[in-house]
Order: sequence, then C-alpha cells, then structure tokens
Amino acid sequence: MSLITRRALVTGAAASAGLLLSGCDQVAQVPALRKILFSGEIMNRGLQRALSNRDALAPEFSAADMSPRFRVNGTHNPNTPDYTAMVAENFAHWRLQVGGLVARPLSLSIAQLRGLPARTQITRHDCVEGWSAIGKWHGPRLGMLLKAAGIRDAARYVVFTCADLYGGAPYYESIDLVDAFHPQTIMAWALNDHVLDVGHGAPVRLRVERQLGYKHAKYVMRIDAVDSLAKVGLGKGGYWEDHVDYDWYAGI
Amino acid sequence: MTTATPPSVPVDAAPATRTIYRHRIATRLWHWINAITIFIMIGSGLTILNAHPHLYWGAYGANFDHPWLNTIHWPSYVTIPAHYNLAIARRWHLLFALVLAFGLLGYMIASLANRHFLRDLRVRLRELSAANLWHDFREHLAFRFHDPADPTAYNIFQKLSYVLVIFGLIPTMILTGLAMSPGMDAAWPWLLDLFGGRQSARSVHFIAAAGLTGFIVIHLVLVILAGPINEVRSMLTGRWRVPEDAA
Repeated sequence: MSLITRRALVTGAAASAGLLLSGCDQVAQVPALRKILFSGEIMNRGLQRALSNRDALAPEFSAADMSPRFRVNGTHNPNTPDYTAMVAENFAHWRLQVGGLVARPLSLSIAQLRGLPARTQITRHDCVEGWSAIGKWHGPRLGMLLKAAGIRDAARYVVFTCADLYGGAPYYESIDLVDAFHPQTIMAWALNDHVLDVGHGAPVRLRVERQLGYKHAKYVMRIDAVDSLAKVGLGKGGYWEDHVDYDWYAGI
Repeated sequence: MTTATPPSVPVDAAPATRTIYRHRIATRLWHWINAITIFIMIGSGLTILNAHPHLYWGAYGANFDHPWLNTIHWPSYVTIPAHYNLAIARRWHLLFALVLAFGLLGYMIASLANRHFLRDLRVRLRELSAANLWHDFREHLAFRFHDPADPTAYNIFQKLSYVLVIFGLIPTMILTGLAMSPGMDAAWPWLLDLFGGRQSARSVHFIAAAGLTGFIVIHLVLVILAGPINEVRSMLTGRWRVPEDAA
C-alpha cells in the first residue's frame, strides 16, 4: 500500500464524510425522505406507549432534591395590554374556559380554581434543549376538570390556548387523552409553595410530566376538547410543531 | 561457454496469496449500518448539545446550577444539520437511535447464533497476562497486527476494544439516551437509578460518545495501517487476504 493510495483513501474518506453531512441536510428537504425522517416520532410514541403503563408516574422527588432556582424559559412575560391588565388586578376578572367537545362548558375564576382539590408533586422539568430543573407544582388534575365539563366520547385531544403571543398569535399546545387523564397532569397554579409568578406562567399552566417543557403551556386561557388536530393552528397541534418541526409527541 | 547454475530459488519467495472468508453477513451488514448510523448520531448529537453546551451531575442542572463541563460550541462542519436547527437534529437523532438500538439487538442475536462472539471475541485469561499484553503492544508498534500462527484471530487489543464497544459503549449510549426521555423515566424508573439522575445520564452519554469517537479514530487509523483495500474489501465481501507477514 503506497503512501499516495493511503493519502487518496484518507482524502476520499474525509470528502465522503463531508458529502454525507451535507447530504443529510438535503435529505431533510425532500418531501418523501422528510416523511421517513419524521416517522421516528410515530415509532417512538408507539414504542413508549407499548412499554409503559398508561398511568405510569414520572419520578417524584423530595424537597431536598429541588433545584435551588427554577429558571424561567420561553415567554418571560406576555406583555400584552390584556395580560398586563389582568396581572394588575391579580387576575380578579380572569377566567379559565373549558370548552369544545364537552357537555357543560366551564368558566372558572382563579378563586374557584384554587378552591378545587389539588395534587402536589415535586417533579423534574426537562427542556428540549437538555437542561432539567426540579420544582414543586400544585393544582387540580386536568382529568377532573374535563370530567366536570362532561367531555364527549368524540374528543381525542385537548388543546390549550394561552395569553402569550408567538408571531402575533396566542401560543397553543395539545396533548391526547392518555396524557390529559394521567394522574400527574395538572393545571398548576403554584410553584415551590408560592402562587405562580408571571415568569413561570401565571395564573395557571399545564404540567404534563412525561413530556418535554414546550408541551407545558403557560398562561393558559382556554382548554378545548377536540376530535382532531387538523383545525388547530396549521394542523400539527402546537406552535413549535407547526412552525419549527418539533415533535408533537415530546416524551423523548 | 559455461553453464552457470542458477541460484536456488526459495520455494516460498512468491507464495500464493491466501484468501479466507473472514466476516459473515451479519457482521458486515451491522458494520455498515452502524458506520452511517453513528455518523448521523454524532453529528445530530452535537447539534443537540449546542442547544445547551453544559453538562451536570445529578438529577437536575440548568443555567443557575454548576456544570462540571462547558463544551465548545460545535462548528457547523461537524453538526447535522449544518445550520443550527434543534428540531431537525432531534428528528435525525431519535429516528437513528432506533436503528442503533435494534441494530445492536439484531447483531447480538445473530452473533450468538453464528458463534461470532464465542469464536472471535471471547477473551481468554491467558491473553490478559502481562507478557501477552506487552508482546501484542510491541507487535502493534511494529505494525504487525496478526498472529502468524493464527492470522484470522483477533489480537487481544482488538478483542478488548470490540468487546468494550459492543457490550459497553453502545449499550451505554442507548441506556443513557433512554434515561433522558421523560416518557421512558416513567416507564422504566430504574434507568435513572442506574446513572444517578437525568443530568448524570446526559453527562455519561457525552463521555461514552467521546469514547466511541476515540474508538472510531483508532479503528480507521489501524485499518489504514493494516492495508485499507484488503480490510475494506473484507468488510464488503467477507473475503480477506491473509497478509504476507502473517502467511
């Protein structure tokens, strides 16, 4: 094996590595290949659902395990005139609407929401970026609200519409009924024994503990039961899913 | 006119090159699937790491916590995609994670069935003796990678590195990857106990990836030193020419 051939081989290997790298970017642009690339989400969701009990709990921690400081992420303050006015009056006229495919739509004041039986859980929040923070959340179970509203059999998903704006429109997210009725899925109004502050999603945010942070909608204004995600946003069920190709199923 | 007696030619001066069937189909298939898969996993993994290039020990870890390592910002010529896009990087990573995991499973079953593990990778106690390790080390320095008495056998460093990768590093990558999934943590809470929390699992994921990258570099260098055409051909067709120094 001459040195020339060896050098040619190394160069060839480096060149093909470069081609493969840029090839990956082109693959992501071809619709048929993109579909294959995006099919991982369906397989991972199917596998995770098959491997786990429907009610399997996310790990819960003790007070000693909590993050000293729970960082704020995403919207720090919706800063819309409506939201600022609600904060100024301590959410006195704020209402959480529960509607869509339900028999009895609800309109809950903050006092009513805080008066409901609540679950307290110290859980780990995992951002899609990779960091984690452990905090203590407190609020009523979403499943209880949906049952109280009389969710209809046709409902398949639950959509959250928020007070913070992304690209001029309210942030939105959705989960299916497996997660909506999971025991740890709550509408949290307190973090670390304090009423939820603006940075963390006041007055109420979703906690869906088996999924990543972007699913945990903050500043929730409306909860709607729907039969399909086709009419929600651009059809993929959430702001990040519609606009930046994030997975709708964020259990991984 | 004189007749000179030709000098006697040794019979083994030009030995017929001996070609043997060295790598079976399961090994070859898995090798090339992995070559592509691990390339994609490292590239997309570096994009994902760029999203938060800080590593922590324990269950939690974020901006206000103390990282044990701040990595560099990985440049676009090693990341997939080249331009930062966490969503697309995750699509690549989480699809090929399935190829990596089920590929390993398939290869392991096949290698038990075709006795590749037992025949080629089983490390015998005598091979671990200091004398043998030292001998093989010196042979490596002399670029002699094959035992003349048994040229098809892997040497001890080959065995140990393949065993480390197949039974150590790749399973660690898969398990730490699963431990980072909030869904899997609910399904299999023991994943967190195994690694000491999600952020520890994330750190171990990075360390194992660095180990795997180191293996790949050494592997490629040794393939080049051992004769790349013969080595690559044997991984494509299974046929391997026994090197003359070991014939």
